[in-house]
Amino acid sequence: MGIEAALTSDTILTTSLQRVINWSRRSSLWPLPFATACCGIELMATASSRYDLARFGAEVMRFSPRQSDLLIVAGRISIKTLPVLQRLYEQMTEPKWVISMGACASTGGVFDTYATVQGCDQFIPVDVYVPGCPPRPEMLIEGVMAIQRIIDEDNIPPKGPDGRRIPLGIALQPNHAPRPQPVGVTVSR
Amino acid sequence: MTDSSDKTANPNPVNLDHPTFARVKEAFRDHQFSATEFRGQSTLIVQPDDLLEVMRFMRDDEQCQYNFLSDVIGVDYEGYEADMPGRFAVIYNLCAYGRDDRFFVKVFLSPSLPTDGIEEDPALWVESVTSLWPGAEWTEREVFDMFGIRFRNHPDLRRILTWGEFPAHPLRKDYPLRGRGEREQYRVVDRTSS
Ligand code: SF4
Repeated sequence: MGIEAALTSDTILTTSLQRVINWSRRSSLWPLPFATACCGIELMATASSRYDLARFGAEVMRFSPRQSDLLIVAGRISIKTLPVLQRLYEQMTEPKWVISMGACASTGGVFDTYATVQGCDQFIPVDVYVPGCPPRPEMLIEGVMAIQRIIDEDNIPPKGPDGRRIPLGIALQPNHAPRPQPVGVTVSR
Repeated sequence: MTDSSDKTANPNPVNLDHPTFARVKEAFRDHQFSATEFRGQSTLIVQPDDLLEVMRFMRDDEQCQYNFLSDVIGVDYEGYEADMPGRFAVIYNLCAYGRDDRFFVKVFLSPSLPTDGIEEDPALWVESVTSLWPGAEWTEREVFDMFGIRFRNHPDLRRILTWGEFPAHPLRKDYPLRGRGEREQYRVVDRTSS
């Protein structure tokens, strides 16, 4: 992940300026955690030692929008909260990216009621959707890595047929093999 | 615990022997009350105009001493199976810490206007109990917000959960669960607007 992997010799590195900028941007994402519900717990787990978001350079959680460049919307957004979210988004400086974390932030989830926004992408731009209820930390890390891929492509995620940005189509296979149930139990002495 | 061999017995006989019933009836002889009981929880149903006096009595009387109001709840009985004395009810959940005793007081109200809007309905007013238990302030605001029942002499009767311009009282049964488009109508921020 580090730049030394690109070094061919000990001393000299030739690159284009844009690549260095992209490298530094993607390696130091500063997330703004907008954690309104249970997904926020998983976001905290992602940042803490077991999953260690610092491996991806995104450990510096900033609670000021002016210091952050990645907005992680984690949890359900009520319509009363929506102006706050929009204001935070507007206060972030460019370049900025948005992850919609979890079923609630992306679609409203099970909260199909008068008070809940049915997907925060109706009201703010979203770059990456992370599915799950809540998404496992691995899944959120995958989302952060998707943002890094967007940055590597000079901030250009794939474009839809109408020229508008569409989210990356990332499908993950589960990283465990489901076993037939019930599982026999053996006790070793 | 229940005896299944005796099928004729009512599993929940109404048992109106809570001492507060007799005490309140004795103190307010010429007032109209009704009472009910379910599984040990006794409820006194009070006329809206008597509410504040009865509540004051129940707080101050040395045999009642309901010194804590733990909740104020609204109910909409639209479409309820049983016949109810009114469309809406406000329920006061009282607690006497000295005796570890819970008691419910209920007021029925019937609207005089269509209930799909937020106009002030003169029939949906009830006296606030914030003068007796200051903690009722926010719970009464919630009942106002959700049901449109207003509280007379409340110090600060504003909406508490929904936002100020919300065009309905959402827990009324004739309000659709998904709203009437409130959640869709909002400013959209795109990548150019900051
Ligand atoms: S997606 Fe699930 S875990 Fe996340 S905020 Fe919604 S209910 Fe909670």
